[in-house]
Amino acid sequence: MSIHKELSAYRQELSACVRCGACQAQCPTYLATSKEGAAARGNLVLATELLAGRAELDAEAVRDLSLCLLCGACVHSCPNQVPTDAIVSVLRREISKKKGLGLLGKGVAALTGNPRLLGSLMRGAGLFSSLFFEKIPETSGLRLRFSPHTLQDRVFPPLPRQNMFARLPQKLPGRPDKPTLAFFAGCTISYLYPEIAEATVRVLQHLGYTVLVPRQQGCCGMPALSSGNGELLKQLVRANTAAFANLAVDHIITACASCGAALHQVHQAQHVQPGETGQDCTSFANKVMDIHVFLEKEGCLHTLADLLTTTTATSQRIKVCYHDPCHLKNHGVTREPRALLRTLPMVDYVEMDGAALCCGLGGTFSASQPDLSRTIADRKIEGLAASGAELVASGCPGCILQLTDIIHRAGLPMQAVHTMTLALAALEQALATKEEM
Amino acid sequence: MTKMSMLNERHLQALRDIVGTEHVASSRTDRLTHSFDATQQHCMPDVVVHPKSTEEIAAIVQLAAKHRLPLLPRGAGSGFSGGALPVQGGIVLVLTRMNRILEIDTSNLIAVVEPGVVTARLQEAVERLGLFYPPDPASKEFSTLGGNVAECAGGPRCVKYGVTRDYVLGLTVVTPTGEIIRTGGRTIKNVVGYDLTRLFVGSEGTLGIVTEIILRLLPKPAAKRTMLATFTQIDGAAEAVSAIIRGKIIPTTLEFMDAGAIGCVRDLPGIDLPADCQALLIIEVDGEPAQLEPQLERIIELMQPLGLLATTIAQDAAAAEALWRVRRSVSPSLRKLGPNKFNEDIVVPRAKVPEMIRALEALSQRLALPIINFGHAGDGNIHVNLMVDLQEPGMEAKVQTALTEIFRTTVSLGGSVSGEHGIGLAKQPYIGLELDQPTLAVMQAIKAALDPLGIMNPGKIFPAESRLALAQGETV
Repeated sequence: MSIHKELSAYRQELSACVRCGACQAQCPTYLATSKEGAAARGNLVLATELLAGRAELDAEAVRDLSLCLLCGACVHSCPNQVPTDAIVSVLRREISKKKGLGLLGKGVAALTGNPRLLGSLMRGAGLFSSLFFEKIPETSGLRLRFSPHTLQDRVFPPLPRQNMFARLPQKLPGRPDKPTLAFFAGCTISYLYPEIAEATVRVLQHLGYTVLVPRQQGCCGMPALSSGNGELLKQLVRANTAAFANLAVDHIITACASCGAALHQVHQAQHVQPGETGQDCTSFANKVMDIHVFLEKEGCLHTLADLLTTTTATSQRIKVCYHDPCHLKNHGVTREPRALLRTLPMVDYVEMDGAALCCGLGGTFSASQPDLSRTIADRKIEGLAASGAELVASGCPGCILQLTDIIHRAGLPMQAVHTMTLALAALEQALATKEEM
Repeated sequence: MTKMSMLNERHLQALRDIVGTEHVASSRTDRLTHSFDATQQHCMPDVVVHPKSTEEIAAIVQLAAKHRLPLLPRGAGSGFSGGALPVQGGIVLVLTRMNRILEIDTSNLIAVVEPGVVTARLQEAVERLGLFYPPDPASKEFSTLGGNVAECAGGPRCVKYGVTRDYVLGLTVVTPTGEIIRTGGRTIKNVVGYDLTRLFVGSEGTLGIVTEIILRLLPKPAAKRTMLATFTQIDGAAEAVSAIIRGKIIPTTLEFMDAGAIGCVRDLPGIDLPADCQALLIIEVDGEPAQLEPQLERIIELMQPLGLLATTIAQDAAAAEALWRVRRSVSPSLRKLGPNKFNEDIVVPRAKVPEMIRALEALSQRLALPIINFGHAGDGNIHVNLMVDLQEPGMEAKVQTALTEIFRTTVSLGGSVSGEHGIGLAKQPYIGLELDQPTLAVMQAIKAALDPLGIMNPGKIFPAESRLALAQGETV
């Protein structure tokens, strides 16, 4: 599809930008660079001029467009909700088409048009190797995010011996009176933090839900979106839509904020040719729900509170703060994860300064813009240190990965964990205490 | 607009030598992304420079003066009057890298800042120390203090606390000839020579480039209460503004919305207004906690005979935020009424607010134009928004008729055509409605004395002679 065709679908949205500058206040890149070209308003002017044929994708345009984290903060703060993230994604695909996938090197290019994407995903999953990339399937977003040279100088969790697919059955039965849910894990959880998947589905199972973990699910598409890989994106949309299409579930639960946002965005057919993926795609997107939102909406926090009635001695409580993932915060989800943390008896919740500041990971951003990524990340240090917390919880494994790196570099005496890991720990502690009694 | 700039590679190299190669941008993309402001008009600069110090700026201005290159300072580019538009091309000096808070002096209640500091960031920093910087333009989350000084920004709190000029004690300025001068100082009292500080505040970047600002701070008020008052008609609300002030109470903020503004937000989720509510006020009072309840009671008493429907007093910060949501939702909702917005910020003496509102309502009906009014009623500053579709035949002329009539009425009531946005480009045709020829001549003499080459933000404030003469011909 020509850029004109794809961009012109956003003509109305582009004209809704009134150039007020409100996007500057929230854009992590603008706050780090103080340059207008990096902010949404600059990107939108550029897109408008490109559409009108009065500008071209010169080196500076490519540079400006590469500075976007696709975090959505500008959309959230825009008085007219102009979807700058989607518009930047269109332009990045055009850049890749015209100039190749230069920004992230050949790793991405090798994936384009690979007919055995899913097959290699499945085969790669079961293998064990000390080398990171031998363990991660070629379609995985992790490959796009962490090309070998960007892994240097970065703290990485020890790779789990078994990935999520090896650790969890396809179906975890619950009580017959409760609905069935599906779980979408995403690459970071599947291959780096399978314990988050385990925590999420086990908590749901404790609450009575039957949980399905489809084997055919793949990468959410965020790194492909971010690096402008339109072909890969389409393949992933088709594969994931098919993986969940025949399941009789009302909700597809995610525990990765970025996966949730990407699935919503790409499956609402904003980024694929209309008609190609059809109804299933939209229905898939409408079912995707973040675990924290689900627990709150379904009243599960009350049930959890009842299950957790055993009191924890004040001295045994752990001081925990929370980091807002951009892909939850910018979709209005800030209350629910905090509510969950406050429900857990062993958690002494403290609000940290700058909880809403971006961690700087941003999909492929940390790979394509390592210095800027760290500048953005370092803004978290002050708040983390001042919180006095032993644990910083978050709702996105990408943020957890990045927070771990920040904590390590700053030498802070704390650890990053997923909220659901804490939730399962609390449940198991409560059940163990009840058995003792 | 004539383009006088003739920037060449030699000039670019000289700029690179001053600020470093990475801070000089002249590609089409870089010029494009610095070609606009919140007026949504576009003018291409020839080069965009991001300096880091007063000395760099002085060197750049000297270069510009030597080669007769136009230049203009730019902050967040969020102005509503076109002050940041490079109408004659040339050099755009973006000051956002100069964003350090240099000092917060808690003994003398002073802050010293660079011009690129975002207003809300200074407010957060001083409030952590129990201090207060009151000016709060709606753009405070992204507009810069340099821009606030250049336009003399206001905001809702000005009814009680005054505008930016009331907080600027001293400035470092690079003049259009490249000299570095210092005005005012660190003391409240200072009568040595002319008050150049006040001259530069609100000068819209036409007299020099402010590179350092000394600001006066206040102790932070201990408490604040927020109240929403609804009225059966606009007259009552407008009268209430005068009644409250006559009652010797100066609220922190006194914001109003007319029926049109209410109509834009009434159906939004979370907003619950009585069906017969045709106008509303949002009133805040601050000070010692014990004083606030009696003040609110007295305000309710004063409003009671004026068609007051109901009052809601927020009991906590979240409830106050919910009340403010009603007001903040107006601007984003306006687009429903028409794709093109003419956003004026007239100001009249407080007691004339009812009369001004009546005149606006009559005009709206007579011309069948949606005119939505809201804003800072407490200081007489009314945001008048004409929402139209310029594609409709004859609309452009209709808008011009309406604007001219609005400004004439404003001036005849003793008001001003701009309270806080400035003249820039957008209001040039109307400056003659308010300022007579001798007054304008004094202003232009000052401009000519400070900027003999006419390179500093050229084409702003003063219209070309012919247009000015026309406007003045119309007044008499």
